[in-house]
Amino acid sequence: MAKVTVDGIEVEVPNGASVLQACEAAGKEIPRFCYHERLSVAGNCRMCLVEVEKAPKPVASCAYPVMDGMKVFTDTPMVRNARRGVMEFLLINHPLDCPICDQGGECDLQDQAMAYGRDLSRYAEGKRAVKDKYVGPLIKTVMNRCIHCTRCVRFAAEVAGVPEMGATGRGEAMEIGTYVEKALTSELSGNLIDICPVGALTSRPYAFVTRPWELAKTDSVDVLDAVGANIRVDTRGGEVLRILPRLHEEVNEEWLADRGRFSFDGLKRRRLDRPWVRQDGALRPASWAEAFQAIARALPGRRLGAIVGDTMDAEAVFALKGLMTGLGAVGLDCRQDGAKLDISRPDFYLFNTGIARIEEADALVIIGADPRREAPVLNARIRKRWSQGGFRAGVIGTARDLTYPATVLGAAPTDIAGAAAFLAGAQRPMVVLGRAALARADGAGVLAAAWELARAAGGLREDWHGFNLLHRFGGQVAPLDLGFVQGLDMAAMLAGGAEALWLLGADGFDAARIPAGAFVIYQGHHGEAAAARADVILPGAAYTEKEGSYVNTEGRVQRGRMAVPPPGEAREDWKIIRAASEVLGVPLPFDSLEELRAEMAAAHPVFARLDQGPLPGCTDDSGPAPAPVTDAPFAVPVENYWQVDPITRASETMAACAAAYLNPRPLLAAE
Amino acid sequence: MSASQPFRLDRFARSFLLAELVGGMALTLKYFFRRKATINYPYEKTPLSARFKGEHALRRYPNGEERCIACKLCEAVCPAQAITIEAEPRADGSRRTTRYDIDMTKCIYCGLCEEACPVDAIVEGPNFEFATETREELMYDKERLLANGDRWESEIAKRLELDAPYR
Repeated sequence: MAKVTVDGIEVEVPNGASVLQACEAAGKEIPRFCYHERLSVAGNCRMCLVEVEKAPKPVASCAYPVMDGMKVFTDTPMVRNARRGVMEFLLINHPLDCPICDQGGECDLQDQAMAYGRDLSRYAEGKRAVKDKYVGPLIKTVMNRCIHCTRCVRFAAEVAGVPEMGATGRGEAMEIGTYVEKALTSELSGNLIDICPVGALTSRPYAFVTRPWELAKTDSVDVLDAVGANIRVDTRGGEVLRILPRLHEEVNEEWLADRGRFSFDGLKRRRLDRPWVRQDGALRPASWAEAFQAIARALPGRRLGAIVGDTMDAEAVFALKGLMTGLGAVGLDCRQDGAKLDISRPDFYLFNTGIARIEEADALVIIGADPRREAPVLNARIRKRWSQGGFRAGVIGTARDLTYPATVLGAAPTDIAGAAAFLAGAQRPMVVLGRAALARADGAGVLAAAWELARAAGGLREDWHGFNLLHRFGGQVAPLDLGFVQGLDMAAMLAGGAEALWLLGADGFDAARIPAGAFVIYQGHHGEAAAARADVILPGAAYTEKEGSYVNTEGRVQRGRMAVPPPGEAREDWKIIRAASEVLGVPLPFDSLEELRAEMAAAHPVFARLDQGPLPGCTDDSGPAPAPVTDAPFAVPVENYWQVDPITRASETMAACAAAYLNPRPLLAAE
Repeated sequence: MSASQPFRLDRFARSFLLAELVGGMALTLKYFFRRKATINYPYEKTPLSARFKGEHALRRYPNGEERCIACKLCEAVCPAQAITIEAEPRADGSRRTTRYDIDMTKCIYCGLCEEACPVDAIVEGPNFEFATETREELMYDKERLLANGDRWESEIAKRLELDAPYR
């Protein structure tokens, strides 16, 4: 530790820390553009200049290591002069277009020019002009505004793992771009917008839409992948206008995948905003009372089953389970993909290592998963671990670019046992099993084999749990925690085991599999195939429109808040189920969300522990029942990252992405 | 008793001779021959200051391009929250409003919108004769504001020029 005095305040910081970090520890704000906590130090903006005792010149605090006994001054005439000078240089080529810039109001350059700059410009010469670059359908560039901090270049190369951005030219001719004009091939590209300190990189779908001061901000949780990234939903007038990540060190750090960030325009299209009832073969609009009456008339005498979708909140699932138990349902299932999950113990279906503890692992085998496209933020964490060195990764399944090197260890479940040799010698080995790998006929065998691999590699210890299951969506774990797997499974129900089906947001399977005579109740927010097949449609709320608890792939329970009300006559899902239970004669024992949550926490204690990561180790290394595996190779888990569920399929932005990335236009040399 | 005797006499004399009436009529007569303060509105009007804050107008550039760039500073600064703006990229990629509404019944004519505007697009012009029969007619939209601008442009430009040295 080194003792540093900052403006008379003595702080202790670790050796090797930068002066800027010492200043922050002392509570002094240092202006900066190029420095970012999660990126390498570039030291090229020179805005963070401070005075250090006995140093002849001001020093760039972000790139200057502390020394014991150092005395730093952050507010002397020399520092103020230096900052004013740097700001004047930065503004020489920065256009004065704040009124039309989308960064206006939340711009680092704007704020710091107000705080540290001169009040008048002395520069009367012409400013330089730079041609805007195309970097994909999500990011709008206005390269005149670029101040060459190179945060985007470093983010793309270091965090996203796609070293496609860079600077060409020197001095005034320097330009940031992708060398060859093309869309940035990253699922984390939206984060470039956040880290750009000026308005050079802004969100294309959000272009000119609104101003930051007009937005109401609501904290929520992303459900479009299983990471459970913490998000902030920005709304105005009952409309979601953008989604930004929130800081959560143990889950998403400060990143958010493109699907969670840009797919919200799908929340405004193809919505179910009123109940519908099928009459004489055609759906017609109905009132809530009529819809419930239609259900009450149809259900008696039919064997009832329920299927839950992938993005539902735990409250709705718990309420539906209560209703189904009351009605004597023959089957409950939440595995639309048919994954052969074993819910007898939570660690059979969780990402037990924990997202944050990926950084402690030293070897990794990925089985039938594509973390880059299933959970981009989690993949960035793996890449972060890899970039620190002393880490090896192997893949069983299709080899795709994961942004870090991965040895291909095989392609089929029969190769899993052989991967033990790859993990041999590792102190903290990890096995990541993709959920898609369980959705095969031999899924149970794959699960057992993966567990056995983790055990054989010494990954199941009291201080380390190396078995991980990577889910696909934010609502897939909660139903497992709630035991929404009972009686007949989905295949049996669809094969005629159930004569009436309650589909709670279940859109992830082919609706043509529903038997012709079955009475189908569809409760959800988007009208897709399952809703078209339904006899009664109950309009529900999407994840931004309800108070809900979600469990991420590591078993962390997080709560999302209601950002906007559901459209039209749609209601929060647990309320719909509560109201239906009254009409169906099996009233549920709760009338408010608090009562429901208390009931749920009493029945399933995991929901009483908010925001807690997985247990630190494995206490019982006996695995799921072994089953045979075949040598049929694993399929590609994700073909189309952008369109996976009703929300993303309804999104124009996601459609534009799919068009741009799945059928890329021919490369053109940048001018 | 003796002290009030002359005062009573004086009062009696004044009321008997109608002195107050005569004094009042004299004042009336004096103003009768003075220059008139009233004007024959609407045929005559008083001069307006270059800073007079009247009816709003959205201006255009001489080439016909609307000035407003949808920065929303006027909307933000408006103390009465009378302005509503919505924006989106126009076909040529430029930032323009799709909606620019002023609720003239809310407006307090403070002129802060005009002060905030970086491109001199929204101005309060010299017109104060925009009384309407119904409330609805006072909900101005972008079309109405642009029409105002076209109608008053020459006067608005002159006023801005006169006021420019003091800004």
